[in-house]
Amino acid sequence: MNNSMIIGQYVPAESVIHKMDPRSKIAIIFFFVLIVFFANSVMSYGLLTVFGVTAAASSKVPLRFIMKGLTPVWFLIIFTFLLHLIVTKEGDVLYNLLGWKIYEEGVVQGAAISLRFFLLILVTSLLTLTTTPIEITDAIEELLGPLKKIRFPVHELALMMSISLRFIPTLMQETEKISKAQASRGVDFRTGSFKDRLKAIVPLLVPLFVSAFKRAEELAMAMEARGYRGGEGRTKLRELKVGKVDFMIYALFLLVVIGLFLTRS
Amino acid sequence: MSHFPGNSQLSRGGEELEKNQIEFRNVSFRYHDEAPWVLRDVSFKIDADEWVAIIGHNGSGKSTIAKLMNGLLFPQEGEILVSGQKVEPDTIWDVRKQVGMVFQNPDNQFVGTTVRDDVAFGMENHGMPRELMVERIRESLQAVSMTDYERQEPHRLSGGQKQRVAIASVLAVSPKYIILDEATAMLDPKGRKEIMQTIRDVQGARNLSLITITHDLQEVTQADRVIVMNNGEVWMEGTPRDIFSEKDRLIDIGLDTPFISKLADELMNAGLTISREPLNHQELLEELWTLHSTK
Ligand SMILES: Nc1ncnc2c1ncn2[C@@H]1O[C@H](COP(=O)(O)OP(=O)(O)OP(=O)(O)O)[C@@H](O)[C@H]1O
Ligand SMILES: [Mg+2]
Repeated sequence: MNNSMIIGQYVPAESVIHKMDPRSKIAIIFFFVLIVFFANSVMSYGLLTVFGVTAAASSKVPLRFIMKGLTPVWFLIIFTFLLHLIVTKEGDVLYNLLGWKIYEEGVVQGAAISLRFFLLILVTSLLTLTTTPIEITDAIEELLGPLKKIRFPVHELALMMSISLRFIPTLMQETEKISKAQASRGVDFRTGSFKDRLKAIVPLLVPLFVSAFKRAEELAMAMEARGYRGGEGRTKLRELKVGKVDFMIYALFLLVVIGLFLTRS
Repeated sequence: MSHFPGNSQLSRGGEELEKNQIEFRNVSFRYHDEAPWVLRDVSFKIDADEWVAIIGHNGSGKSTIAKLMNGLLFPQEGEILVSGQKVEPDTIWDVRKQVGMVFQNPDNQFVGTTVRDDVAFGMENHGMPRELMVERIRESLQAVSMTDYERQEPHRLSGGQKQRVAIASVLAVSPKYIILDEATAMLDPKGRKEIMQTIRDVQGARNLSLITITHDLQEVTQADRVIVMNNGEVWMEGTPRDIFSEKDRLIDIGLDTPFISKLADELMNAGLTISREPLNHQELLEELWTLHSTK
C-alpha cells in the first residue's frame, strides 16, 4: 500500500490560507456561502469571483488538485446551466436552434447560477485542501464549544473523529492484509458477478470487524490507564491561534462584503 | 481535586519507604461473581528503584495484577497500596499518574494522530499546562531516541518505534512505577533488545520501579527480583538465580528455563561441578574457567 497516503484531500504548502486558523476559515467560508446568494449584478458576481479565485491562487494548491475537487460537480454546474437555458423564456431571443428558442435571460440566469455553484464548491473545497483533518476536528470542537452547555457531547465527538483519523490508515493496512490472506485461500474479489463479489467481501469484513472490536476494547483500556476521564479538566497540546493573517483576511473579506452590497443592483 | 500534587518532593523521613512502594495485601480477585477466582490471597511488595519480573503460565493472572495496580480493576478482597495510598475509585486518577502502563499491542495503545499528540495524551488527561507538555514531549522522546519522529504518523512507524513512543508517553507523566505487560512480545529479537535497553537506560536515569510481565527468559534474568505466579497464587518469589535453581519445579508448573541454565544442568550431569546457577554466558564461562584453574 502507498505509505504516503494522506487521509482526505489535504495538500501541504506554505501559504496564507494554510496559515489561517481553521476556525477563521470555516467562519469565512460560512459567510461567503451566505453572501453568494446576494450577488445579482455583473459587478457583484465579478467581485466574488475575484475573491474566490484569488483565495484559490494564494493557497498555492496546484490547479489539478482544485480541479479534482470540482470534478464531481462539473456535471451539476453544466446541468444547471442547460436547465436554465431551456426553462427560462424571458428577454430577447438570442438564437433559434431548429425551433428551440434560446432566450437572453436564460443565458444570463444559467451563467449566474452555474457561477454560484462553481464559487461555492471552489471555496468550500479550499477548506479541506488547506486544512489537515485534525485541524478541522479541533476547529469543530472549538466552534461547537457553546453547545456543551446544552449537554451536547462536543469533546466526545471530536475525540471520536480524531481516533477515526488515527485508525483509518491502520484499518486500511489491515484490510489489505486480510484480503491478501483470503485471496491466497482462493477467495476471488475481482471476477464474477456482482453477487459473487459481494459474497467474497464477507470473509474480508468478518475478521476486520472482529479485529476492530478487539482494538477498540484495548484502546479504551489503554486510554483509561493513561488517565483519560472525559473532557473535563483536560488541557490541550494543539492550540488554535487567531493571528495577524486571520485579521488581515477578515478585513479583506469585510471589504468584499461591503463591495458586494454596493455593487448589487 | 488538584491535578498537581507536589512532584514527589517527599521528606526523607521514616515513611519514605512506604511512600515509594507498591504493596498487595492478601488480594483476591475474580471477574464476575460466578467466575472462578483469578487471584487468590496474593501478597507482595515492590520497592522503589526495583526491577521486578512477573512470570507465570498463560492465564495465571499476571495481566490481572497489572490492571489492579492502576485501578483498571478493583479487588474483591484485600487491598492494594500505591505509594501508601489505597487504590480505590476515589484515588485512581492519582494512582494512574504514578503507575504508567505499556501494553502488548503497539497499535492499540497509540491514541494520537502523531507521535507528539500521543505523548501528550496522558499529560492532557492530567491537565498539565501546555508549556510543560511541550518540554516533557521533548525530554521523553529524547529518552527513547525518537526525537526525529515527533511529527510522524503512527502508520509510518515500526512496532518497536510505536512501543518506544508508548514508553515516552508514560514517561512524560513522570510516573514512579512503570508496568510493561508483555510490551516486547510482538517485536522481533532486535526490537525487543532495543526496547529493553531503552527501558534500562530510563530506569537508571529516573529512579523508577519497573515491573515487567514477560515470557522472555532473557529478560527475566536481568531483573532484580522475580515473582512466579501459578494458578492465581504467588508460587515463588526471589532473585532470578534462586528461581532458576528450581528448574524441575518450574517445568512442573509449565514454565521454561533459560538456555544457559539448561546448559549448566547438562554440564553438571556430565560430571562438572558448578557452584552457583549461572544467568548468562559470562557467568557460565566464569564458572568453567575457575573450575579448571582450581583443579
Ligand atoms: N475480561 C475478562 N473477563 C473474564 N475473565 C477474564 C478476563 N480477562 C482475563 N480473564 C481470565 O482471568 C484469568 C487470568 O487472566 P490474565 O490475563 O491475568 O492472565 P495472564 O497471566 O496475563 O496470561 P497471559 O500470559 O496469557 O497474558 C484467565 O483465566 C482469563 O481467562
Ligand atoms: Mg497477560
